[in-house]
Amino acid sequence: MLAKVIVVTSGKGGVGKTTTSAALAAGLALRGHKTVVIDFDVGLRNLDLVMGCERRVVFDFINVINGDANLNQALIKDKRHDNLFIFPTSQTRDKNALKREGVERVMEELKQQFEYIICDSPAGIEHGAITALYFADSAIIVTNPEVSSVRDSDRIIGILASKSRRAERNDPPVEVHLLLTRYDPARVAKGEMLAVDDVKEILSIPLLGVIPESESVLRASNTGTPVVFDEESPAGRAYVDSVARFLGEQREMRFLKAERRSFFRALFGKA
Amino acid sequence: MAAGNIVQGALFTVMVVRATMLREPAFESELAQQIGRSPRFFQNAPVVLDLRGVENLVEADEFETIRDKLHALTLTLVGVQNAQPAQLEAANAAGLASFAPTSGGGQARTAPAAAPAAPKTRLVSEPVRSGTQIYARGSDLVVTAAVSPGAELVADGNIHVYGVLRGRALAGASGDAEARIFCTRLEAELISIAGRYLVSEQLPADVESAPVQVALVDEELTITRN
Repeated sequence: MLAKVIVVTSGKGGVGKTTTSAALAAGLALRGHKTVVIDFDVGLRNLDLVMGCERRVVFDFINVINGDANLNQALIKDKRHDNLFIFPTSQTRDKNALKREGVERVMEELKQQFEYIICDSPAGIEHGAITALYFADSAIIVTNPEVSSVRDSDRIIGILASKSRRAERNDPPVEVHLLLTRYDPARVAKGEMLAVDDVKEILSIPLLGVIPESESVLRASNTGTPVVFDEESPAGRAYVDSVARFLGEQREMRFLKAERRSFFRALFGKA
Repeated sequence: MAAGNIVQGALFTVMVVRATMLREPAFESELAQQIGRSPRFFQNAPVVLDLRGVENLVEADEFETIRDKLHALTLTLVGVQNAQPAQLEAANAAGLASFAPTSGGGQARTAPAAAPAAPKTRLVSEPVRSGTQIYARGSDLVVTAAVSPGAELVADGNIHVYGVLRGRALAGASGDAEARIFCTRLEAELISIAGRYLVSEQLPADVESAPVQVALVDEELTITRN
């Protein structure tokens, strides 16, 4: 099977890209797929913390791009799962160190070893974010149920359709999936948050999953454990469902709570 | 001396100008623009006039007028193709040669340099995302999907949106006050015709989220429900 490159992106910061990257990578590994997750946020290295491997970082992405280290020296094998690898980035450099040719070489090398390559994008629409999405086959658009996040997601979907390598080469377009995170049905019912069908209607891309706002996400980040390893957590279970849908399974959307009748009708009736 | 030595065959690449294009008001300016981009390539370049789809042009002096027009643009009219018998006679009288019709493919290869396509409605069937600008130069713009906030549609002609219009729409961008905007659901950030505009805040509440058309009536932007 040819390796698949997945970018986790949003435009906006703080919506849950790194949490999602970690959960998705761990979820794919749990399903038996050899997966690596790469931190593209050069200078603001966080993925290693969320994955709980910050004390094992020796070489990083930039070292490999510059040829100062080889790939296997920089890849960190996760202690919880044999299929899961972390490729940390540099904290001392900035995003200009991401040279496209270098990134391409590293990607080609990773494709020889892995089934899934998850790219954790930095926020914004500048060089770092563009480089993270450039090689993508699929994109997970992480969106919070609020207007500014939805607008930024819309912008990044447009960029995927115009600036990715697939767009430049006129290949089939990058497959985009919507992942709605930090969803709070109670606040949706009060009209304080956008409802899932509103977001779907504005962005008009397929919905991969809805991750409920959950204390377990913060706890997972702080303890360096991807939230899918927490079987008690609604967010963890919602991520497991999302991974299953990504792999082509049909799973009912959970954690939406039917405060609004029309809500369910809109969600399941249309599809 | 054998005749074969006097007359030899040779192949040339010749530009073809479609006679139907001559009727377009923008023809001369567009062609001049194209020539301006690579003047050396066009200097004294031979041109054949394709008469397909043209019924008039049966007088020799009409061909002479066209020849002068093209000459002013540094092009030399040498002949015609796809001519009707009467047209051919007139062309011959004007000193023009007859060229065999070319196949569609060959024509497409030689024609584009000299024959800009007629303004055709620009059709967009993908959602227009935030941060994207689409300009339908010299034509109408039809969008069959949603237009997001932060996206911008600009057309010299009319704008049609078969979906929600949440971004900006500027019709008649080159000053055509007859241009209109049509959409199946108006939630625009801004609408404008020929420079007159209304921002979202100024849109009347009764047309919000409604199917509407927007026209300029007595220099006022007027929105009517469809």
